[in-house]
Amino acid sequence: MIKTEHLTKRYGTLTAVDDVSFEVGPGEVLGFLGPNGAGKTTTMRMLAGFVTPTTGRASICGHDVETEPLAAKAALGYLPEGAPSYGEMTVRRFLDFIADVRALEGARRSARLEHVIEHLHLGAVLEQTIDTLSKGFRRRVGLAQAIVHDPPVLILDEPTDGLDPNQKHEVRALINDMARDKIIVISTHILEEVDAVCSRAIIIARGRIVADDTPAGLAARSRYHNAVTMQLEQPGQLQTARAAVAALPVVERVEVSERDARLTALPRSGATILPAVSELAARTGLQLKELHLESGRLDEVFRTITA
Amino acid sequence: MRNVGIIMRRELASYFATPLAYVFILIFLMLANAFAFYLGGFYERGQADLDPFFTFHPWLYLFLIPAISMKLWAEERKSGSIELLMTQPVRLWDAVLGKFLAGWIFTALALALTFPLWLTVNYLGHPDNGAIVAAYLGSLLLAGGFLAIGSCMSALTRNQVVAFILGVVVCFGFLLAGFPLVLDLFRGWLPQVLVDALASLSFLTHFDSIVKGVIDVRDLLYFAMLIAFFLLATAIALDLRKDL
Repeated sequence: MIKTEHLTKRYGTLTAVDDVSFEVGPGEVLGFLGPNGAGKTTTMRMLAGFVTPTTGRASICGHDVETEPLAAKAALGYLPEGAPSYGEMTVRRFLDFIADVRALEGARRSARLEHVIEHLHLGAVLEQTIDTLSKGFRRRVGLAQAIVHDPPVLILDEPTDGLDPNQKHEVRALINDMARDKIIVISTHILEEVDAVCSRAIIIARGRIVADDTPAGLAARSRYHNAVTMQLEQPGQLQTARAAVAALPVVERVEVSERDARLTALPRSGATILPAVSELAARTGLQLKELHLESGRLDEVFRTITA
Repeated sequence: MRNVGIIMRRELASYFATPLAYVFILIFLMLANAFAFYLGGFYERGQADLDPFFTFHPWLYLFLIPAISMKLWAEERKSGSIELLMTQPVRLWDAVLGKFLAGWIFTALALALTFPLWLTVNYLGHPDNGAIVAAYLGSLLLAGGFLAIGSCMSALTRNQVVAFILGVVVCFGFLLAGFPLVLDLFRGWLPQVLVDALASLSFLTHFDSIVKGVIDVRDLLYFAMLIAFFLLATAIALDLRKDL
């Protein structure tokens, strides 16, 4: 269990994090979203015991990060922003060092080291110094460091930043894999990641929590929730189609993209418009390349909430 | 204590992972010997002792020790690895002590590598080897004091050059605390008692008495307290602002 109560951090007159309270339980993967400078990293640093809160409290598995820092840190795996490490060390020595600090010993130590090396595909670079690694490998070394002691709580600050699509996919699979029995908090500004791994999302802007919901719940706040998008076979039909769709009583308004002959109909609040629109298309003989129901656009919600 | 050892070993290994260690040892040995022979008149004096060698250690350390200590914390701040270290289950004090000890052991190694000079003086005559051992101890304590000061200066900044300059200046102040150059700065506005206290903080006075072969508990205590004070100050500087 992660718990924060009225967590606040001020730097001089700047309030980086303002009265943030939330709880995360086992099995939850919390996505921490927000524009750059919103206070995501500062909040995570306070949870990890690196930054001291100005006021408020945070605890990891019941251990207050201020009064019982060692117990809180022992229960935590933490990937700092940018995945810093000791550049002059080889990957193997670095992981050995972390295993030492985490007091891993004997068979469990070798099993855990083997596990992270295998799952993060570090086998080929074990004897390379971290300075010589690509960004993607460095990030994976940082992840390996965070999970080597199999902690009940994971806090990962931008775990997929700098990874290519394949590596992103693998890291997300790894997170999903661990999600069952762990508490995971990840920060990201990649919205697709929220859908891919998170069971819950908190949006933070100017240091305050502005939304706390499931990804589906957030998407439902979108103007595009239950909107219908169609792409026409013949761009020439676009204006006729637009007029016809706009005339439907359940349609609030219609947006058109000339470039790819695409048309999006937004419903009046609460209305279901897919049957009406598809029936209209069949009736007027519009030739469709594509027709689909939108669940909502996270990026649009994100912009509306944080602007 | 276990973590002190782990952090110390990692830090010590990092010296040898780059050319730093080898360059430092080479320059230290070259300068220490050159000073002893050319400035100290090791041969010309016609005495079988290592005074001309040890006399120049404070001046050698003044520039070489801050070069070692500047990276202790400034580099961790710069690269961000301090966040990694401070979020592991280790006490701040373990890290401060571990890193300091790594630097100290490293300087001890450099100092130990001056042994050919000690062999030479034994070959040439019959020196007081007890006094030489005492002088080595004094030199090591002096290096420890410089390192502790450097560690504190390194914790104040993320810039290694700033850490180096601050280290040199503060070490210089302590080196000459008993001399008019420093004392005159304070004489005008501090009560005489404090000026006297300041004078007694001088590295040189405490170092000189040990080098002469007199191991006084007060001198040992002086270095022990100085090291403890600056390591404590390091820990406080880090604790106040880890995310500099």
